[in-house]
Amino acid sequence: MKDFIIPWDDRDMGTPAVEGAPVTLTVDGFEVTVPEGTSVMRAAAEIGMSIPKLCASDNLEAFGSCRLCVVEIEGRRGTPASCTTPVAEGMVVRTQSSKVKKIRRGVMELYISDHPLDCLTCAANGDCELQDMAGAVGLRDVRYEAPENGGLANHFEPRTGGEVNPEWIAKDDSNPYFTYDPSKCIVCSRCVRACEEVQGTFALTIEGRGFDSRVSAGGPLDEFLTSDCVSCGACVQACPTATLQEKSVIELGTPERSVITTCAYCGVGCSFKAELNGDELVRMTPYKHGEANRGHSCVKGRFAYGYASHSDRILNPMIRDSIEEPWREVSWEEAIGFAADRMRGLQERYGRKSIGVITSSRCTNEETYLVQKLARGVFMNNNTDTCARVCHSPTGYGLGQTFGASAGTQNFDSVEKVDVAIIIGANPTDAHPVFGSRLKRRVRAGAKLIVIDPRKTDVVRSAHIEAAHHLPLRPGTNVAVVTAMAHVIVDEKLYDEAFIRERCDWNEFVEYMEFVQDVRHSPEMTEMLTGVPAEELRKAARLYATGGNGAIYYGLGVTEHSQGSTTVMGIANLAMMTGNIGREGVGVNPLRGQNNVQGSCDMGSFPHELPGYRHVKGDEVRALFESKWGVEIDPEPGLRIPNMLDAAVSGSFKGLYCQGEDILQSDPDTHHVAAGLAAMECVIVHDLFLNETANYAHVFLPGSTFLEKDGTFTNAERRINRVREVMKPRNGYADWEVTQLLAKAMGADWTYTHPSQIMDEIAETTPGFANVDYAMLEERGSVQWPCNDDAPDGSPIMHVDGFVRGKGRFIVTEYIPTDERSGPRFPLLLTTGRILSQYNVGAQTRRTENSIWHDEDVLEIHPHDAEVRGVKEGDWVKLASRSGETSLRATITDKVVPGVVYTTFHHPDTQANVITTDFSDWATNCPEYKVTAVQVGLSNGPTEWQRQYNAQADRSRRILPAAE
Amino acid sequence: MPHDKLIRMANQIAGFFATQPGQNQAERVAAHLNDFWGPEMRAELKAHAAEDDSDLAPLVRDAIPLI
Ligand code: SF4
Ligand code: SF4
Ligand code: SF4
Ligand code: FES
Repeated sequence: MKDFIIPWDDRDMGTPAVEGAPVTLTVDGFEVTVPEGTSVMRAAAEIGMSIPKLCASDNLEAFGSCRLCVVEIEGRRGTPASCTTPVAEGMVVRTQSSKVKKIRRGVMELYISDHPLDCLTCAANGDCELQDMAGAVGLRDVRYEAPENGGLANHFEPRTGGEVNPEWIAKDDSNPYFTYDPSKCIVCSRCVRACEEVQGTFALTIEGRGFDSRVSAGGPLDEFLTSDCVSCGACVQACPTATLQEKSVIELGTPERSVITTCAYCGVGCSFKAELNGDELVRMTPYKHGEANRGHSCVKGRFAYGYASHSDRILNPMIRDSIEEPWREVSWEEAIGFAADRMRGLQERYGRKSIGVITSSRCTNEETYLVQKLARGVFMNNNTDTCARVCHSPTGYGLGQTFGASAGTQNFDSVEKVDVAIIIGANPTDAHPVFGSRLKRRVRAGAKLIVIDPRKTDVVRSAHIEAAHHLPLRPGTNVAVVTAMAHVIVDEKLYDEAFIRERCDWNEFVEYMEFVQDVRHSPEMTEMLTGVPAEELRKAARLYATGGNGAIYYGLGVTEHSQGSTTVMGIANLAMMTGNIGREGVGVNPLRGQNNVQGSCDMGSFPHELPGYRHVKGDEVRALFESKWGVEIDPEPGLRIPNMLDAAVSGSFKGLYCQGEDILQSDPDTHHVAAGLAAMECVIVHDLFLNETANYAHVFLPGSTFLEKDGTFTNAERRINRVREVMKPRNGYADWEVTQLLAKAMGADWTYTHPSQIMDEIAETTPGFANVDYAMLEERGSVQWPCNDDAPDGSPIMHVDGFVRGKGRFIVTEYIPTDERSGPRFPLLLTTGRILSQYNVGAQTRRTENSIWHDEDVLEIHPHDAEVRGVKEGDWVKLASRSGETSLRATITDKVVPGVVYTTFHHPDTQANVITTDFSDWATNCPEYKVTAVQVGLSNGPTEWQRQYNAQADRSRRILPAAE
Repeated sequence: MPHDKLIRMANQIAGFFATQPGQNQAERVAAHLNDFWGPEMRAELKAHAAEDDSDLAPLVRDAIPLI
């Protein structure tokens, strides 16, 4: 396999790029022109001269501590550090005078005298900047000698001169993924600065001064694991030596080749370099030129890839006649034949529409496209849906209705121009960590933050950031809060009339104004309902409307409600009325949960829409696909996931092909999902592991990981990123091949031999993708759709010259309370969310060392609510709703307000979705995960259901040894 | 599909459009149902309405002939 050739310069330029007027100088006689404010070091690097350096790195502000980078500048005294010296017009720089060379050698000599010389056995051998610099400056000997009656003072020998060396500190290997070996530290403080500037966690400090200064994680008694460190890896990346080193490199050796690919966890879509020896993955490092992440990463993408080689992974296809039986391992041929016969048989017996598919937001665009094509073109019905149903379907509907495009309006870089950010129903530092870091960085630079969330999330207040306003609303009252903000903006005439007149339908705005002006929408009136203090809400609305570039970022706390779509429209209204659309630093930005939520929606996974969000009722669109596929497409919408399950329970839906999705764990009202699955006669699960849904499956088709296939993911900013085959599929086939096998066994004549051909078909049929192909992605790295003749370079920002639908549309957003209300029996409101180290239902992250941070789901409860119920920290509690009950441990915290409890849903043992109900968004049936009325009481362990469930799961996971 | 759920979903849709300005709310409810509900679900709703429409929101009742 050919390595992906990196098209851009991957060198470390020493200091960050800046913008400014051109300045011309000469370096060693060569002329160079750079923006004003650039460092001399970077200017030299621009013309290929790398000045030796240790403490500088181009993702960190220059620090000027090592003095290795000294140069001579004509007309200036002394030898300034080139990393901290800005260029000036006409400057004449010399990088290699005998004076600076001598200084550099002296500096290196000092460093090396306090550094162990075990290079040959060091994990960073060949990948160490200290080594490189010793070479670069021509260091040939170290003249420091130990005094006669003792050892030389140093940090790296446990014993020196026969005595215990008090300066020596043992290695800290508490973090599961990297080690900290203080004996190799040169105290360049790159790690400390990376933790501050790039990650924004401030977990590291330099303790002590001079010779005594040491890097320290947390307080004096902390180690990395107990400190605030979130294991993002930025410090490890920044460290020039082996002091901070990936354990995988220590174990496996330095990698010799690398492939650029895309993280398969969250919707940020970070680019990574997968670094390997042969087909053994050694480490994943964030790719500097990745436009979503700009060289940063979080613990999931950086370290949590071990699931790909976990022993739980199923590598052979399996079948069984009934779910009471154990699994039988069979050949691919037999499994596919069995599945195809059953599905066709069901259609013969129960009708064309008795079977369907669920596509996955974790799979590639190409795979998703094929799965929906399987439904529409082979099953001959529109029964296709995606797990995006349960997360962001209201985004598609709401933004489609108001703006005319079912997607976020900005790129992530846009955050650098934001003045006021509203974060609503999202917890970026946990769920979208790299975006969270970029946002925090912007906030530290002065942008203001408004957080609308029932919980005091980390962005409300953490190291060096604090939200200007936190509106802790009662779960379920988003529409009331958003509408009240609009009320304030209209009431106080803070709207942008010129923008509205030019870009929106003025008459609709007038109607909307009449609606929103009504006093029932005033914050004073809604306070009782929402729990948000009126004055605080007014201030927040004023700040958003008048504070400069206003951007709204939102997450599942907006969409997963019975009025999810209405809230999305309300958010769009706010952006339009303040003119915050169509340029950098503003916009409406849904933070997508899974890596390819955007893509799976784009690819026509929804039952009513063909790829590109075009309704199946459209004759022209159908004709286009019909001619391409040679079939007739049903003009009526098919079933959505909840409808499929309902239809299964009532007996008309019998067979399901479910790719990369665990609906039993991730969908609401587990009892109902289980009943639906149990009623089906053929459930085909195509996944990496025997997930919870597979307990009810008849066919198991092993899946391939993102490391084992080619394709594309589309992230939350509409960026189409390449996923590259880093190693061959361990299960034998990439997922798109498996879908094709099934389609062919059911009579299709598909002949794809590479995913690029699928992308070509997508481009031919979908206007927003018209100019996308693999050759272009190879050349450019990534592109944001729409990418066609109108926007040949893609579209970093949408609605620049006008809304996609023409005029932006204001829609009236009346608050309609959910039927799910707390009452005497269920007095508390449960809301659900995620945490940093785990991902979604946890199928992947639970199978990595990430579990060290979160080995069970816990219930967050306010001290007041806990006290009334006699609940203490760590107690087992029973959580009950009208749907069901489960048990988990409680933790007492004021992150939640009284009356609200919170938990995550990463572990199947907890089964948080046993509790959630079948209520859903009015427009899209996106389930109302974020509000469930519950009661909490003490319990003494798992409930009867949890015990039964585990027994059933164990039974249904039995695998017979393969027949010889 | 359990009847009560179907009815709740239809009434929820009507709930939204009832708050919208203009005269054509029933048409818009019908359009939403036609666009997003499969024919089986629509047929079920119609059958239910024919039997007993007392638990349907007025707008859903008005929309029934249009779906
Ligand atoms: S891993 Fe990330 S959070 Fe932890 S110390 Fe390093 S930079 Fe800071
Ligand atoms: S741990 Fe590495 S990056 Fe941090 S100060 Fe020491 S050598 Fe520099
Ligand atoms: S999980 Fe998200 S933020 Fe973390 S590395 Fe992957 S894409 Fe980036
Ligand atoms: S690189 Fe300039 S002082 Fe360290």
